[in-house]
Amino acid sequence: MVLCALSIFVIVALILWQLVLRSQLTWERFGLAFFYQTFTNPDSHQPMYWDPVNERFSALPFVYGTLVSSFLALLIAVPLSIGLAVFLTEMCPGFLRGPLAFLTELLAAIPSIIYGLWAFYALVPLLRDYVNPGLARYLGWTGFFENDNPTGLGYFAAGVILAVMILPIISSLTREVMNAVPHSQREAVLALGATRWEMIRMGVLRNARIGIVGAVILGLGRALGETMAVTMVIGNTPEIHRSLLSNGTSMAAVIANEFTEAVSNMHTSALIEIGLALFVVTIIVNAIAQLLVWAVTRGTPAQAR
Amino acid sequence: MSVETSSFRSRMRTLTDGAVTALSILATLLVVAPLVAIFVYLVYKGARSLNLAFFTQIPKPEGESGGGMANSIVGSGIILAVASALGIPVGIGGGIFLAEFGRGTKLANAVRFTADVLNGVPSIVMGLAVYALMVFPKGTIFPFMGHFSAMSGGVALGIMMIPTVCRTTEEMLLMVPHAVREAALGLGVPNWRSVLSITVKTASPGIITGCMLAFARVAGETAPLLFTALGNPYMSTSLNQPIEALPLQIYVFANGPYEDQHRLAWAGSLVLIVLIVLAVALVRYVASRGVLKGAS
Repeated sequence: MVLCALSIFVIVALILWQLVLRSQLTWERFGLAFFYQTFTNPDSHQPMYWDPVNERFSALPFVYGTLVSSFLALLIAVPLSIGLAVFLTEMCPGFLRGPLAFLTELLAAIPSIIYGLWAFYALVPLLRDYVNPGLARYLGWTGFFENDNPTGLGYFAAGVILAVMILPIISSLTREVMNAVPHSQREAVLALGATRWEMIRMGVLRNARIGIVGAVILGLGRALGETMAVTMVIGNTPEIHRSLLSNGTSMAAVIANEFTEAVSNMHTSALIEIGLALFVVTIIVNAIAQLLVWAVTRGTPAQAR
Repeated sequence: MSVETSSFRSRMRTLTDGAVTALSILATLLVVAPLVAIFVYLVYKGARSLNLAFFTQIPKPEGESGGGMANSIVGSGIILAVASALGIPVGIGGGIFLAEFGRGTKLANAVRFTADVLNGVPSIVMGLAVYALMVFPKGTIFPFMGHFSAMSGGVALGIMMIPTVCRTTEEMLLMVPHAVREAALGLGVPNWRSVLSITVKTASPGIITGCMLAFARVAGETAPLLFTALGNPYMSTSLNQPIEALPLQIYVFANGPYEDQHRLAWAGSLVLIVLIVLAVALVRYVASRGVLKGAS
């Protein structure tokens, strides 16, 4: 039993060791500059980041794409999931609570590839025909929405599908944290004559805020590493654009796309180094989130999620 | 004057309360909408394409119509069998340690924390690590190494199952009431015996469904198989050869230009999702019954 438990540590160590070992080649060649350097295309004098044939690699567009799509996802998912959690814990009539919780659980269990398939064939055409033109017309002045991409793919599509995917994780954890707030807190605020919203704001959300932040960070961790759905809708071009409607790419997407077709050892090594960066970042993000959630739910009995 | 102000404030408070209620109901609807959309779309697209050939034939050459995904189904079965053989025993062992032998110790807390963190590591990183460990080294004396194989795909998925199985096993064991343990110990049964034949046995329906949930989760994983199992257009049952899997084939077909392949991709997705919905529903049913018949 102890051996089985210790195997968890062995797995983490093994992953770290293998990824460090196989990314040595790029690390020795570029060092830390791998994550921020920019090359120039000799013909067009445009900035260039990813040139496997001439072995010039920079992870900048992938880091950028991952960050942009993940934060976009959080922007959409956080208000929705907190709204859902508030509804389920504080307002929902009893007969709806079970089915709704089951539905959100299902949302969490759908494989990433099916989200990708649905996003590519149903969501992207919808965005392309109805949402993107509207965004470009009314928010085009910000510079973040330029409708120059006829495919409908890009950062925005990736952000939307990521939001759908991380919603259940954030909202189920938020619910758990809100349930951990003692009932006496709610009753105390209500006894002072508060309305239901005031009770939720003062009695529940204020006490649960650390745990909710933890839940949001955990959602961020999931969004950063999500692969298949993002690969299918982000457009897969190693460029950096200010417009959210442009094609981009992400760290996980480039690994999924290029790894089996890598042209040289340096190319493979560069992709593994991106994987290593993803591993380290998600470990740190998840650890922080876990500590925050534990800070709130510690002391309440474990429940099946 | 003060009466008017207070009635205005009270009206505002009631209005805010109503607005927040409306907003959270709206949020709930917005969350449920994509789920319903995905299911309707899947059933609409998938059910028309599901037929006997889907389960019995291998894919036709590109551009020809017909064919099925028999090789993917068999391949997924083989990979998942390897994954379960690795992930379930180790995960259950770890869970028993967390809930019974190591409860409250620093080691158990560290293991629990690491398992939760490992649960959030992207699946594509698992694929890369197993590639580096098993596929990359050439000319070793170990079997199954040095090339893409069904075995390496199974190992990648098995590693992903361990933290999930471990944590659900622990949660299910913690639901067993203390009175059951105390009754066994009171009869003079040694601790290890009480754990194995009383506690674990009482929690076994919960543990089994927890394993099914982990199984269903990895059954839909694509990213870790991209550079381990690789894919194979023909029927293969060898652990030592590249092999096809359902999610891998869906990915390849969905990206292809052929309408017939898209059709197969939808049908494959429908099969996957039915498997997963059944597992989740079963887990929920068992968990809501409080796991145990003998306990209540």
